[in-house]
Amino acid sequence: MTELVKLRRSKKHRERARQAAQSRAAQRDEVVVDRALSAKSARRGFLKGLGVASATAAAVGTTGCDDGDWDKFFQSHYKEMNAAEKAKVFERIQKEQKKTYGTDVQLHDPPPLDGVRFAFAISLSRCNGNRRCVTACQEENNQGGDPTIAYIKVLEVDAGSLLPEHGDLYFDDETVPQPGKVYMPVQCNQCDNPPCTKACPVEATWQEKDGIVVVDYDWCIGCRYCMAACPYEARHFNFTEPKLNPATMNTQQGYLSNRPRPKGVVEKCHFCLHRTRNGHYPACLEACPTGARKFGNILDETSEVATVLREKRVFVLKEELNTIPHVFYFFE
Amino acid sequence: MSTTKHKTTSTERLMAAYFRYWLRMLAYAAQGSRAYYVWMGSLAVVIVIGLYNWVQQLKHGFVVTNLSDQVSWGAYIANFTFLVGVAAAAVLLVVPAYAFHRDDVKKVVLLGELLAVSAIVMCLGFVVVDIGHPERALHLLRLNLPRSMLAWDVVVLNGYLLLNLHIPGYLLWKTYRGERPNKSRYLPLVFVSMFWAVSIHTVTAFLYSGLGARPFWNSAVLAPRFLISAFAGGPPILLLALYLVRQHLKFDISGSVFRMLLNIVRVMLPIHFFLFGAEMFTELYTDAHHAVAVHYLYFGHEGANMLVPYSWASLLLNVFALVLFFQKDILHKPVWVGIACVSLVVGIWMEKGMGLLIPGFFPTPLGDLVEYIPSVTEFWVCMGIWALGIFLYSGMAKVAVAILQGDLRDPSSSSAASAKGEEEKDGGEDA
Repeated sequence: MTELVKLRRSKKHRERARQAAQSRAAQRDEVVVDRALSAKSARRGFLKGLGVASATAAAVGTTGCDDGDWDKFFQSHYKEMNAAEKAKVFERIQKEQKKTYGTDVQLHDPPPLDGVRFAFAISLSRCNGNRRCVTACQEENNQGGDPTIAYIKVLEVDAGSLLPEHGDLYFDDETVPQPGKVYMPVQCNQCDNPPCTKACPVEATWQEKDGIVVVDYDWCIGCRYCMAACPYEARHFNFTEPKLNPATMNTQQGYLSNRPRPKGVVEKCHFCLHRTRNGHYPACLEACPTGARKFGNILDETSEVATVLREKRVFVLKEELNTIPHVFYFFE
Repeated sequence: MSTTKHKTTSTERLMAAYFRYWLRMLAYAAQGSRAYYVWMGSLAVVIVIGLYNWVQQLKHGFVVTNLSDQVSWGAYIANFTFLVGVAAAAVLLVVPAYAFHRDDVKKVVLLGELLAVSAIVMCLGFVVVDIGHPERALHLLRLNLPRSMLAWDVVVLNGYLLLNLHIPGYLLWKTYRGERPNKSRYLPLVFVSMFWAVSIHTVTAFLYSGLGARPFWNSAVLAPRFLISAFAGGPPILLLALYLVRQHLKFDISGSVFRMLLNIVRVMLPIHFFLFGAEMFTELYTDAHHAVAVHYLYFGHEGANMLVPYSWASLLLNVFALVLFFQKDILHKPVWVGIACVSLVVGIWMEKGMGLLIPGFFPTPLGDLVEYIPSVTEFWVCMGIWALGIFLYSGMAKVAVAILQGDLRDPSSSSAASAKGEEEKDGGEDA
């Protein structure tokens, strides 16, 4: 198995990935200190035990069939489940996590709110490429796969060009910001004309009325066509069964957002819908030390994002593709 | 009452005969010479190795492949794309046989349709191994139509499989029974299958060309290129298959069929080069950022040059085949025909497989440069599926030839009727 894992990437990429992982690990420690005020600071203290705990979790990994497997096999599409069916499915998912990780999790399914269209506005004058948003996102969203999935990728581009293709995804975030560089975090743009939902052969992914594009992890067949269709590299595949650390896993979960995903399905940024639909900010915004991230409802004229859109000169990535993205960038 | 009863029994008798027909076909496919056993046995071994590797992939996840978030499709989908073309190429026998009433082609058209069946089975195999959750296949009952091109591909591929199972299946059954086939039962479907063959490759091309995120694929010439390369690369496969059938199954195939296939290549291959050139010109002369993929493919980009020897080898094989196919007397030199066919098949397989797929992911939309080469697991899974296709085709061709030659016929239908049926059939073919 380990040998096979090693085969996964080309040499060059492996080297880059290794460096990126190292820098991420270093960052993670900083986050622990920096975010001591956060409500979840208690569980971060356990991070040092990550290795041991995830090994335990791996050993617990389930095999064999039980009744739950059949329920899962015949589970309906999210949109076709009624309240009773959903409750049953949620119970199964909670049981599974209890069995695998020994944790009691709360699984929610907050619906999209009327009159809300979420959007991000990111100040490129403020972002300095520290990647705190990347790690905070991974912790919030129960990332435990190998290779680790990161919903947010930060690009380092020359100040004279904003072409993402000319950016560097593997810059060292310990020596940022570099002079003459601009840092551009990229995540799912929650497009209004999403090529990914159009691509999906089984409608396992769709846009909700608050603009968030979600995935039903129990419906996705793992064909990865949406990944080819996305112009923002926002979709990620679970190459392994994620192994979470019971001590640090986020037990506040959304069915369409941060509940643990199985291997072989695609996932993506969901604007932390389990938080944002309940009136909280996304984890990446809370983690950002520079205040570069503005999040809110663009239909509410008094919101911060609406103000930015009105008063700043904003742009979006790959506007020519007519995907109608909802992550806006601006300079101050 | 009695009529109903009589009818039921005759239906039952027919069903029993049909069941026996399948059993006898399977039994016939299961016996043969020592060479046949060695051949099928070796294929079976490769299938089992492939299965084992697929199970490993199911168990550990796609980490056992060399795929990544950046290069999310690889060898599986590359082979899939090529094989859709092979399946579509069967139409090159169907059209002359049924639209132009070429009796020499009509005699072998079933072998072409069965080749399409094997190709589609391999296509479906490659799709199954490429998805993360094959056990969720039932979710395909809820297809995202009409929006998803992949959903359309599921529809057209399975439809094409059914068409190509029904047509040869029906004709072989009738021949086996010594009866005259009822034209209304298959001929309309034959004409449907002609258009359907075009549709499978068009939809597969649209799967790629409809993606704005991937400039290398996002080209209107992709669907025409797919079809033309299928019509250039398909005939050599048919040529090789028919040649092997003639040699090993002692089935008399007229030289005119081989000549026709050769002439199709002579028309299609230059068009293939023309479309290829048009694509290359547009990319390289414009020299916009989108040309990076083509640069990467043929010249390498920022030290990433894994595909360079591969792409040039493919191009050289195609040029070599072009030169050979235009030799005046090549048909008199079977060895050279064989070399030309193999070069062209391999050349187009390389170009349309990895050569098409990988540059679509290079660079990624955010400029990441990740190269890809299949892992050992992927290699064996691919080999397993190819072996499965060849295994199926060997068996099906053996049985089909036996039925067509009258070696395998229904013992319950009277020998006189059966002989008469044969005569009528032969008469029809000679006319």
